Amino acid sequence: MSSDEDEWVPFSRRPEWSDVKPVPQDDGPHPVVPIAYRADFRETMDYFRAVYLSGERSHRALNLTAEAISMNPGNYTVWYFRRLVLEAVDADLNDEMEYINCVASKNSKNYQIWHHKRWLAEKLGPEVAQKELEFTKRIFAIDAKNYHAWSHRQWVLDALGGWQNELDYCTELLEDDIFNNSAWNQRYFVITRSPLLGGLQSMRESEVSYAVEAILSNPENESPWRYLRGLYKGDPNLLICNNQISGVCLQVLKTKHNIIFPLSLLLELLCHGFQPSTEFVSAVEALRTSVPESSSTSSLANTICSVLEIVDPIRSNYWSWRRSHLPSQVC
Amino acid sequence: MESSPIDSSSNASSGLSSSTSSPPHSDRDHRQITLTVTQLEQLKVEEKVSEIYRILSGAPAHTQTLMLELWRDKHIEFLTRGLNQLGPTYRVLDANRPWLCYWIIHSMALLRESLDIEVENNAVDFLSRCKDINGGYGGGPGQLPHLATTYAAVNTLVTLGSNSALLSINREALREFLLRMKDFCGAFRMHHTGEMDVRACYTAISVASLLNILDFEITKGVGDYILRCQTYEGGIAGEPGSEAHGGYTFCGLATMILINEVHRLDLTSLIDWVAFRQGLEFGFQGRTNKLVDGCYSFWQGGSLFLIQRLLSIAENQIKSLPMSIEQEQLSMEGNVDSAAFTVPKPDGSQRQIHYFENKDAGKGSATGLDFIRTTNGGPLFHSIALQQYILLCSQVLEGGFKDKPGKVRDHYHSCYCLSGLSVSQYSFSKSADSPPPPNAVLGPYSNLLEPVHPLYNLVLDKYYKAHEFFSVMS
Repeated sequence: MSSDEDEWVPFSRRPEWSDVKPVPQDDGPHPVVPIAYRADFRETMDYFRAVYLSGERSHRALNLTAEAISMNPGNYTVWYFRRLVLEAVDADLNDEMEYINCVASKNSKNYQIWHHKRWLAEKLGPEVAQKELEFTKRIFAIDAKNYHAWSHRQWVLDALGGWQNELDYCTELLEDDIFNNSAWNQRYFVITRSPLLGGLQSMRESEVSYAVEAILSNPENESPWRYLRGLYKGDPNLLICNNQISGVCLQVLKTKHNIIFPLSLLLELLCHGFQPSTEFVSAVEALRTSVPESSSTSSLANTICSVLEIVDPIRSNYWSWRRSHLPSQVC
Repeated sequence: MESSPIDSSSNASSGLSSSTSSPPHSDRDHRQITLTVTQLEQLKVEEKVSEIYRILSGAPAHTQTLMLELWRDKHIEFLTRGLNQLGPTYRVLDANRPWLCYWIIHSMALLRESLDIEVENNAVDFLSRCKDINGGYGGGPGQLPHLATTYAAVNTLVTLGSNSALLSINREALREFLLRMKDFCGAFRMHHTGEMDVRACYTAISVASLLNILDFEITKGVGDYILRCQTYEGGIAGEPGSEAHGGYTFCGLATMILINEVHRLDLTSLIDWVAFRQGLEFGFQGRTNKLVDGCYSFWQGGSLFLIQRLLSIAENQIKSLPMSIEQEQLSMEGNVDSAAFTVPKPDGSQRQIHYFENKDAGKGSATGLDFIRTTNGGPLFHSIALQQYILLCSQVLEGGFKDKPGKVRDHYHSCYCLSGLSVSQYSFSKSADSPPPPNAVLGPYSNLLEPVHPLYNLVLDKYYKAHEFFSVMS
């Protein structure tokens, strides 16, 4: 028996619970997926069911939910009931925030905890924005891609504010790990949504430069390539006009290494009407030497797909599909 | 294995050990750059996986066959044991018991393993104890009804397939539950006052479609919410603004198909994003620059399997490039109207919500059937490579499946690795239930699993039975 269990006092032996009759789980005579509950878990849940069913919204009920949560933080019914109790007993929500931060640090990948935090932060209002941003920062120091923590951070920014240093924070995270796609996504979120930056159109130019620089230092990094395309989402005519974008494709293509992303982006440009200069044609032609079967009369877009079918074999089906469904103007 | 499908993956296979992966390594070495966390973690996994594939390619033919075999008996043993008894550590899944039922019973159905009538009755009885009197199913007896466990419970009952299993579902109460979970913006919350996301939308719509209770009241506004979740990368996020993610992409895409609004998504960018999630390890990653994980064999592979029946819509989008959402809404005049309703904002003011009104909604039950009858355009992913990852890197020889080498098996990964294996095996089948050509199945042909209906992730025959059963109810 573990020391934990030694220290744990059964509810049946706690005087303050003597008036409550535990309610066993109605699993039926032959349950499937039965869990061999340990005595402490079973009893805690039996008492939880009792207060949940009687609707007892008291301090002892609050403590009981904490015990139940410590054994299974994924029980959303317990969390739901805890919120009802918190409201009924008019609990100090700052204390509750401290408590939830403690639980969240140990279980950072759990929907219920983050939902609870959001509920609390909403009640506490803009004054907790900074604290919440700091908290997610601590989570990112351990796992910079924690999905729940990123959702929470975005919600805080949107609902409570705190945008001032957000772009710098993204830059900082990307300096640590330029491959961190969550940080790229956050960057996109900031430049499109921050009330302090003037939106995508005013940020576009500087962000193109940022992404291009990231690509040139690590051309095998998919994140900035997708980011670059994202900067022109819904605006393909501007995408094809930006020389920096076609330029970075050409520059990477000429190295003949990591050619999948630049070829893919160039294909995108062509599909939207980009008119390639002879330089582009010859850069792609230079890659074609290893692709003897493609006909010399085929279009540049067609050749790109053929090259990709060979150099990106895991996606050969995809590239072959793209090749047979090119927009008519680039066939 | 001369003529075996392993040959068809040899291009990709050699890519792993030589050309495709070596340039970045040597570049990095020359530049003497410190690798980032992402790169280091990725390299560790690539090394483990390529070691496994090296052993495969160096092994004699009969050993290769053995290595690529699906250990059916072991899997059934692992699954059966879980159905009968779970250890104390499973208390952390005590609010997910219908999920455990679904992961296990669906996995067994994929393996064509039927349950004893007694076990079937026990499962129906147990799930009825998770059912809330006012509709929906909770994570265990007496728990608050929750959309995810409702989906798991309904899918389990459909997989069990008996009349008593199907009759045990209270459709009217369930519909009321779904409507109670619907937010004013159209999206769904997981439980009363719970979190709102794409998962909640999918589980609600999937269940409603399956039970033939899908109508405009349930679908209104859902498509608008999913559209807001499609990211600049092309995939779909859990909430507007979040990062494109495999699980949510499947949920969002399947939802849009079920409500007849899939043409509103930017399918070309979605397809491109998903196609790029299959990596050097042959399996799928969940997000850009994240590690491979066997469960995405279904979430991402299943998304591309859905896409195989949407290629004509995607091809139309390519032809009419570029087209904005507004233009697209205009072009849909005739069967679609834009409508608006007013809702109070938290600050007391009013806000107009415009939503997309699809007059075809309510044909939801037929959608699932029509969809699966659409011509299969062939896979856009490398289905043989995916099978190789599942069989060699996720399969646990003692039974069950895991995320990746170095991890431990669990029921969730067993369910989604097997589901992913099924969709990759049937990716070349012309019609949904016709057996695939021999070279579409990696390893012995006896590896072949049952086909699934990819919109619900249900074994196809079980889906047909349920569809017939519920289609006569109104």
